Amino acid sequence: MLIKRSGFLQVGSMATASLMMPKFLKAFETGNRVPQGNKVVVVLQLSGGNDGLNTVIPYRNDIYYKVRPQLGIDKSKLHTLTSEVGLHPALSGFKNLYDDGSLGIINNVGYPNPDRSHFRSMDIWQTASHSSDYLNTGWVGRYLDAQCNGCDKPTQALEVDDVLSLALKGSSVKGLAFKDARRLFGTSQEKFFKELSKKHLSHHEEQPIDYLYKTMAETISSAEYIFQQSKLHPGSANYPATELGKSFKTIASLIMSNINTKIYYLSLGSFDTHVNQQNQQQRLFTEMNDAVTSFVADLKANNRFQDVLLFSFSEFGRRVAQNASGGTDHGSANNMFLVSGGLKQQGLINGMPDLIDLKDGDLKYSVDFKQVYATVLNKWLGANDHQILGEKYEQLSFI
Amino acid sequence: MAVTEQVKKQHLLWRAGFGPGTQLNGAAAGSPFHLYDSLVKSSSDKPIYLDVATALDDRFFGDMSEKENVFNVQETKQRVISFAKESREYLKKLNLQWLDQMVESPAQLTEKISLFWHGHFACRSQNVFHQQMLLHSIRSNALGNFRTLLTEVSKSPAMLAFLNNQQNRKSQPNENFAREVMELFTIGRGNYTEKDVKEAARAFTGWGFNLKTGFVFRKFQHDTGSKTLMGRTGNFDGDDVIKILLEQKNTAQFIARKVYSYFVNEQVDEAKVHWLAERFYQSDYEIGSLMKDIFTSSWFYDERNIGAKIKSPVELLVGIRRILPMELKRDEVQLLLQRALGQVLFYPPNVAGWPGGKNWIDSSSLMLRLKIPQFLNGEPLAIATKIDDDQEMGMSGAASNKNKNGFADGMNRFKLNAVIDWPQYIKLFNAVSRPQLNQAIAGLILQTPKGSISSDVVNMAADASSRENYIKSVSIALMSTPDYQMC
Repeated sequence: MLIKRSGFLQVGSMATASLMMPKFLKAFETGNRVPQGNKVVVVLQLSGGNDGLNTVIPYRNDIYYKVRPQLGIDKSKLHTLTSEVGLHPALSGFKNLYDDGSLGIINNVGYPNPDRSHFRSMDIWQTASHSSDYLNTGWVGRYLDAQCNGCDKPTQALEVDDVLSLALKGSSVKGLAFKDARRLFGTSQEKFFKELSKKHLSHHEEQPIDYLYKTMAETISSAEYIFQQSKLHPGSANYPATELGKSFKTIASLIMSNINTKIYYLSLGSFDTHVNQQNQQQRLFTEMNDAVTSFVADLKANNRFQDVLLFSFSEFGRRVAQNASGGTDHGSANNMFLVSGGLKQQGLINGMPDLIDLKDGDLKYSVDFKQVYATVLNKWLGANDHQILGEKYEQLSFI
Repeated sequence: MAVTEQVKKQHLLWRAGFGPGTQLNGAAAGSPFHLYDSLVKSSSDKPIYLDVATALDDRFFGDMSEKENVFNVQETKQRVISFAKESREYLKKLNLQWLDQMVESPAQLTEKISLFWHGHFACRSQNVFHQQMLLHSIRSNALGNFRTLLTEVSKSPAMLAFLNNQQNRKSQPNENFAREVMELFTIGRGNYTEKDVKEAARAFTGWGFNLKTGFVFRKFQHDTGSKTLMGRTGNFDGDDVIKILLEQKNTAQFIARKVYSYFVNEQVDEAKVHWLAERFYQSDYEIGSLMKDIFTSSWFYDERNIGAKIKSPVELLVGIRRILPMELKRDEVQLLLQRALGQVLFYPPNVAGWPGGKNWIDSSSLMLRLKIPQFLNGEPLAIATKIDDDQEMGMSGAASNKNKNGFADGMNRFKLNAVIDWPQYIKLFNAVSRPQLNQAIAGLILQTPKGSISSDVVNMAADASSRENYIKSVSIALMSTPDYQMC
């Protein structure tokens, strides 16, 4: 049955593709079997609270160097973007993306009444709730609820991790988390589990146990589906041998397959740099820079970069002033990176943060992160952002 | 289909405790009601104080004068930060010690209800000493009076700090504490107004703590003006707020509903909740009588309530350890499993506690749950859990906590090294004849209706080379099923 479905998808996509000849032919030449236009989102979560001010750096602003006498990064080491703004030294690939018109930066992203606790603020970002509300479902999960009601393979959102984030939990549908497609396949295909699932006798009335058997059956079939798909295009570009590199390679291989996944989710951390920030951020950014660079090269080589939007976020930014331990403490507003071959706005999408007009020593936000979600859901994925976010947010114009 | 007395007793043991053990199980003499009486008796002593941190607290703060810490001078701050760093390790100890209590203590009822209150009064604190005091308040009053419990929790340094009441001052009220006391601890949403929150916050001004003495009432930060709360007006303080909230029948209703949903069935029977709430209110909030009303009602033992609850990760882990006595050579593995399955004691996801039910289950958590018995039986476990910066405080980042074991794929791969005391378990089936074994094992392990698991599948996993091996293999197989996730 699985093979049949995969076969059907392939035929189906060929048929669709033949309707859009020129693009299709172009794609065919480069060996791409997936029709263009199948939009995909990759969410990169920078866990721990990345220091945005040392990521996108206002190197002409005296206040920046004044409040960060040790942590402020010297102009000579930066990758300058404009006469005012530079990127962290480890982000050379992002500088190339900027020059290429494939990088967008949104500054001052946050939300009203910010919370400075990691777990609470991360919850707020993942559930897209107000800071006064507690939700048990995530924004991607609610996208699944809306898109995937009764669909036979709930693989529309995948997380490359061993544990599923709240962001991907819907009330009736949940995303699927796996680190390694082969290992997930191995576990779920154990004969005992397959037989259990096959021979389970359900009752006439819906019992609480049925939910578990349903999840089990879906896992078994999705694991096989993901594994088969991941083998179609193992990915050609050289990825760094890091965790993140491997995760991006897995995602690329799926993006180039026929899988129905629309959202991929992955995270990198810990950016919680209270002490000795410089080394830690340098190390993490190097990992991020190298992995994203390979990912973009891979997508470009396969003509998929137009259709993929990667964005990064962190649960909060950090204090404007450095602390006494060579680090920074928890802050509020922060910047987000947008990476895609299909951006309508590139470079610095809005103004740099105001370092004078602070609230309790922290940057003030001007863009609500839920506006970014609304934009992505509506304009990129064609979903009903209002229904998913529970409210109408003003959309941005970057796509 | 009639429910057997054994299943009923096991139902009680799962809900009023952490499931049957090799000592106490469905074979106990007498009716389920008798069994409940004996559970109450076993829980009548005050629980022992789980103390992992007094010495640590003394080491950091023992030489400080009261004056120093009242004024919160720079040195105090520095000590608090260093203390918090060490706290994390000690919290792990507290976690494991409490788990051991859940497994081994005869006071099953106390520990189970404490776990409920631990989620109800959800609190995170970097201060292990505050956490252990809060836990002790909860365990000491778990079956006592809700008024006492609520008051002790509300005055605990852990909760006052967590809900920012230290910052709630007459000149600048902070509503967080007052809001959560109403929304989560007592009457619940929809039964109070924003005005009530503001007025209650004013009444709670001045409630704080210091490191030396715990709770303090700071007279000069207290708003002595008149407040109007729930239609009553007066110069109220925090104790008055609690009193007024408990006068509201909605509070009894809110608690009874939550208790029913946790201990009986998530599908709430409103009539039963109403009945329970009325009696809870009449008893002036005696938790013991509320629990007795539940566990000695015939409807509690209705088929629809049996095997209908998804075990929380802690219930699952403790339940396995109770029925399969084992020595864990690396007991910190239990912390890893708690984290991977989504329930780490002392780290609730937010102020609302663990949402429970279906929220526990997704593809990855279910597959891990199904594999745990096999891991315990010797199969190596490979898993990387998410970083929780509140737990790690950024300390793990330097080594990228995923890679520290050096495996190429970034996994921490290790054996659980559990030594299961099989003879003690196998003894339970001494009187069972070989043809009846399959049924008897399923009867002990599972609470879901018979026939959910096909006997073909069980036979496939069975090792029939000896009676012992048969019991072992069938037990591990049955514990590796979706049915075992239910109680």
